[in-house]
Amino acid sequence: MANDMKLTGYRRENGKVGVRNYVAIIPVDDISNSAVEGVGNLIRDTLPLPHPYGRLQFGDDLALHFRTLIGTGRNPNIAAAIVIGIEPKWTQKIVDGIAETGKPVAGFSIERYGDLKTIEIAARKAKEFVQHAGEIPRVPIKWGELTMSAKCGESDTTLGLASNPAIGRMLERFIAEGGTAIFGETSETTGGEDVIADSAIDEEVRRQFLKTFQDYQDFIIGTGADLLGSQPTEGNIRGGLSTIEEKAMGNVAKKGRNKLTSVLQPAEEPTGPGMHFMDSSSAAAEMVTLCAAGGSAIHFFTTGQGNIIGNPVLPVMKITANPLTIETMSEHVDVDLSAMLRLEMTLDQAADAVMDVMAHTINGRLTAAEALKHNEFVLTKLYRSA
Amino acid sequence: MKHGALMHEAEDDVAVVVADTAAGTDVHAVTLEGKEIAVIKATQDIPLGHKIAVRDVSEGNDVIKYGRAIGRATTAIKAGSHVHTHNIKSKRWA
Repeated sequence: MANDMKLTGYRRENGKVGVRNYVAIIPVDDISNSAVEGVGNLIRDTLPLPHPYGRLQFGDDLALHFRTLIGTGRNPNIAAAIVIGIEPKWTQKIVDGIAETGKPVAGFSIERYGDLKTIEIAARKAKEFVQHAGEIPRVPIKWGELTMSAKCGESDTTLGLASNPAIGRMLERFIAEGGTAIFGETSETTGGEDVIADSAIDEEVRRQFLKTFQDYQDFIIGTGADLLGSQPTEGNIRGGLSTIEEKAMGNVAKKGRNKLTSVLQPAEEPTGPGMHFMDSSSAAAEMVTLCAAGGSAIHFFTTGQGNIIGNPVLPVMKITANPLTIETMSEHVDVDLSAMLRLEMTLDQAADAVMDVMAHTINGRLTAAEALKHNEFVLTKLYRSA
Repeated sequence: MKHGALMHEAEDDVAVVVADTAAGTDVHAVTLEGKEIAVIKATQDIPLGHKIAVRDVSEGNDVIKYGRAIGRATTAIKAGSHVHTHNIKSKRWA
């Protein structure tokens, strides 16, 4: 199947392959959103990415903020990037991180210019960048050159029965082709963490995974809160999931029989092919934003009850086997696997169905979330600002 | 579709109903390979995607799905009844 796919994409200066071709306008901080949106309003085909953070953050939280914004700009779906911040120093830090890829990037800071002047000079550069991006051709690519990611949301029991094993099977084929995949959702492996730990390629990766898992457990237990209703969510419970262990066993099926290659910090880029676990929240928009910052070009999102999330940087494909969700929320669904519940579709047929839609998506067909303008760009914040 | 519920493993205590199921319905529970494990009469209405007990589970015992414990029975569970947050509880984060 994989060999039959005629795929095209955008080959970037550093050899990474993207499936979309955006000029991103990235604010360093919340107060630069107006200027970012100002540039977006003036120049066609730009992608403004407003967000609520970036001031008075410190330590690991600040490092994650930088890593996420730099990673977003580095993502291979981004042809070029404009960075706008209140002052020049942090702005330049993000510009420098993106510039390592060799793609066009320019930074602007607002102090001593004001919004209007900044918007004007940044818009002139953005115009140049969109004209450059328009001349980058789609070229033939191999599937295994991509980085892809997977995460589920508004899960129910149909994920463990059908859609997640189907993603697992597809990812087995992808890794065999030399692909790079990211999965995560640290707290949501609770009760299935042994399945992931046992798949580690070596003792060091196993130890790293278990430490990452335990740190998140300690954080959750340390709050003293009852998580029923949060994890599993009320949506999960409505869909029939009763405990975190039950949800986790469905979740970990996405990995398939792949070995765990490495454990990544949130928003960290994998350094080689294989199946990588990213330490991350299970909240959909946060996790997909972290995957995009880690370099993922396309995301597989399995859902039961109908999570509608999308992302501005990467196409999010929505896959479900729940017949009620397909009946009531069809505009959000890219792949219908409900035949699996009727035992009329095998795991391999389901993986084929996912790959068929994936091939069209890679080649430029908008996903449901893209067409519906679901552009959730949500930064993960680790703790209060100073 | 002859089956009314799917089981991950033949030894599981619960099966997932694949359609809204009314009390009194005889539910054919099969594995994902299509092997019939049990026919149970639903004693309660059970919504699509929710679990039906395939066998009795005593209070305090593990509830098995995926061939492993997904929680503990907080009350005695009779075969045919709806299994959910009202009668099972996580063993983690407690």
